[in-house]
Amino acid sequence: MTAIDPTAHLTAEQIEELGRELDAIRDEVIASRGEKDAAYIRKVIGAQRKLELASRAVLLFSLFPPAWVIGTAGLSVAKIMDNMEIGHNILHGQWDWMRDPKIHSTTWEWDHVSPADQWKHSHNELHHTYTNVIGKDNDLGYGIMRVDEDQKWHPFHLGQPLWNFINACFFEYGIAAYDLELGKNLHKRRRNNPEFRARAKAVGRKIRKQVLKDYVVHPLLSGPSFLPTLAATFTANLVRNIWSHSVIMCGHFPEGVQVFERRSIKGETRGQWYLRQMMGSANISGSKAMHFMTGNLSHQIEHHLFPDLPSNRYAEVAVKVRALFEKYELEYVTGPLPKQVFSAWRKVVRLSLPNKKPKAPVIVPEREKELVAA
Amino acid sequence: MTSTALRSRAWKLLEMVTTPLLPSDYLDLVSPLRAGADLRGRIEAVHPETGDAATIVIRPGRGWRGHTAGQYVRIGIDVDGVRLWRAYSLTSPTNRPDGRVTITVKAIPDGKVSNHLVRRAKPGTLIQLDQATGDFVLPQAKPAKVLYLTAGSGITPVMGMLRDTEFDDAVMIHSAPQPQDVIFRSELHDLVAAEKLRLTEVHTDIHGMLDIARLDELVPDWTERETWACGPAGLLDAAEKHWSEHGVPERLHTERFRPSIVATGDGGEVTFSTTGRTVDADGATPLLDVGEEAGVLMPSGCRMGICFGCVTPLKAGAVRDLRTGEITEAEPGVLIQTCVSAAAGPCDIER
Repeated sequence: MTAIDPTAHLTAEQIEELGRELDAIRDEVIASRGEKDAAYIRKVIGAQRKLELASRAVLLFSLFPPAWVIGTAGLSVAKIMDNMEIGHNILHGQWDWMRDPKIHSTTWEWDHVSPADQWKHSHNELHHTYTNVIGKDNDLGYGIMRVDEDQKWHPFHLGQPLWNFINACFFEYGIAAYDLELGKNLHKRRRNNPEFRARAKAVGRKIRKQVLKDYVVHPLLSGPSFLPTLAATFTANLVRNIWSHSVIMCGHFPEGVQVFERRSIKGETRGQWYLRQMMGSANISGSKAMHFMTGNLSHQIEHHLFPDLPSNRYAEVAVKVRALFEKYELEYVTGPLPKQVFSAWRKVVRLSLPNKKPKAPVIVPEREKELVAA
Repeated sequence: MTSTALRSRAWKLLEMVTTPLLPSDYLDLVSPLRAGADLRGRIEAVHPETGDAATIVIRPGRGWRGHTAGQYVRIGIDVDGVRLWRAYSLTSPTNRPDGRVTITVKAIPDGKVSNHLVRRAKPGTLIQLDQATGDFVLPQAKPAKVLYLTAGSGITPVMGMLRDTEFDDAVMIHSAPQPQDVIFRSELHDLVAAEKLRLTEVHTDIHGMLDIARLDELVPDWTERETWACGPAGLLDAAEKHWSEHGVPERLHTERFRPSIVATGDGGEVTFSTTGRTVDADGATPLLDVGEEAGVLMPSGCRMGICFGCVTPLKAGAVRDLRTGEITEAEPGVLIQTCVSAAAGPCDIER
């Protein structure tokens, strides 16, 4: 483990200037949001609904293998669209400016077992504010894994490649448990906390509805195709879960991404906050289709800088952001999906074991900012 | 089991099929104007009336319950991708054979929606609708003698009445800057030619503003007439004063398109508790604007305090009515009109 601060060459003034330049990029997009963007999200939502409807219709005949294959593929894509480009981004408030109550962060609900409002709290508020701050951002390993040398090793971590695989397969349930802070809340008295119970109940309701729809109602509608339809929806959920888990692992876990110590964010300025987002996130390179299917989270760096800008604008923003990375001599962590997934998995496996070398001495840079390269 | 109960069972089952979406989310894709859908309309044509006014022909959804002449309708239309709500008077007769309705819109300077409707709206556009409302209407029994006192776009609700009802004795005094600014001018002149209306046009660029004292000369029997007045605040204020002074205030019916704002106050920290947003507001900015600025999804309507499309519970604190200066304090069940209320100290709005 090295303890080099990759931003050490920047002065405090430069960091604030960087912040101003990023603000200017943001302002430009906000000023130009309009009809085209609104048409985009409506088109995507319409397409997703038609695809889901068509796929479910095809699955009514899933007794015939070609229908099963087509229906399952279509449903998998529809579910991915629902969670990634549509749900995640609407729940970030990216489309709130349209003032359409049907496409608004306060009214949207997604095809996921975690209720939208609980996810918004743990994701938008906690993760996006405290990105990659150890002990503050639970997305760093979701509380079940060690994804940085700086996190304390525990024998439990020996099994983390397995935990990660199981989490990938049942990712939406993992997220629901995570949003509930299940581990923490199942302890003794907390279980009976009325606020926790209400939230747990809401999750239970959501799970019941989702399971009933996917594994009872739709298979029943298929009549003789009951079992194939059941298998198809299970497969579609599995595909969606593994896909979103992979994309999300690429956002913060690949090699080269920085994590931060709790005290490093004390009194953080806007420029420093931006810098932390830049160093704490990683992108996925690829085609337009790849960006679309990841819900534009392939532009994770841009998303973390501007979580509420419409996702269809990240691609144009990325060009400007990348130029800033170059200008300020910072590393823009990006790569094709397989490479980034492999990198993240390798880290999960490596960190299942204790650190090889003794912990490096803690460095505290002048501006009280501490970065530990993974 | 009754058919209603059966239908609601079937609907519940459908909801299980579509969760977390609603069956209507799918039906909207194919049939946004169907019965049972959120009320919407489709713009079918835009006819220019004057240089800055146009009539919009709207095909309302199946849920449209019709209107009474003189009423207005709230419409929600996406301008540059942002949904904005405004209220406009209906100008079509109530029994139009094709079931369409029309609104007539005058583009006001910097008016986002009015300029969009007059200059850019395209046939085929889907808009959101509310049911028609408003009490600027004729009584059940047709009055024997009527007077219409209008100016500018104030002609629009009155045109709705003239097209709907044949009067025995109707007089109109209408003000507009120049002859070519008179909306519906040729139709008005047709009514005059057919002896269904007596009309006095006041061209204010040439004659100056209408002096209300000239009423005696223009319409000697005005105190005997049931009067409907619609136009700028100055005209309506003068009319209300004049009718009161002559002891016949009950004969005058007015419709205001714009509130007269008198009061500004303290301002304070405004919390939108449902969304958890908190912002500082001054005492002159309507809470509707404060919320929209903060990205809160605020219901809105006419933005002038008449349509009650923006009412929202006030959970804590106090607000000031910008038209009267009146203070409203939070109590259970208290609703405020966010478009004409500003913060009078810290307050909590349920949004």
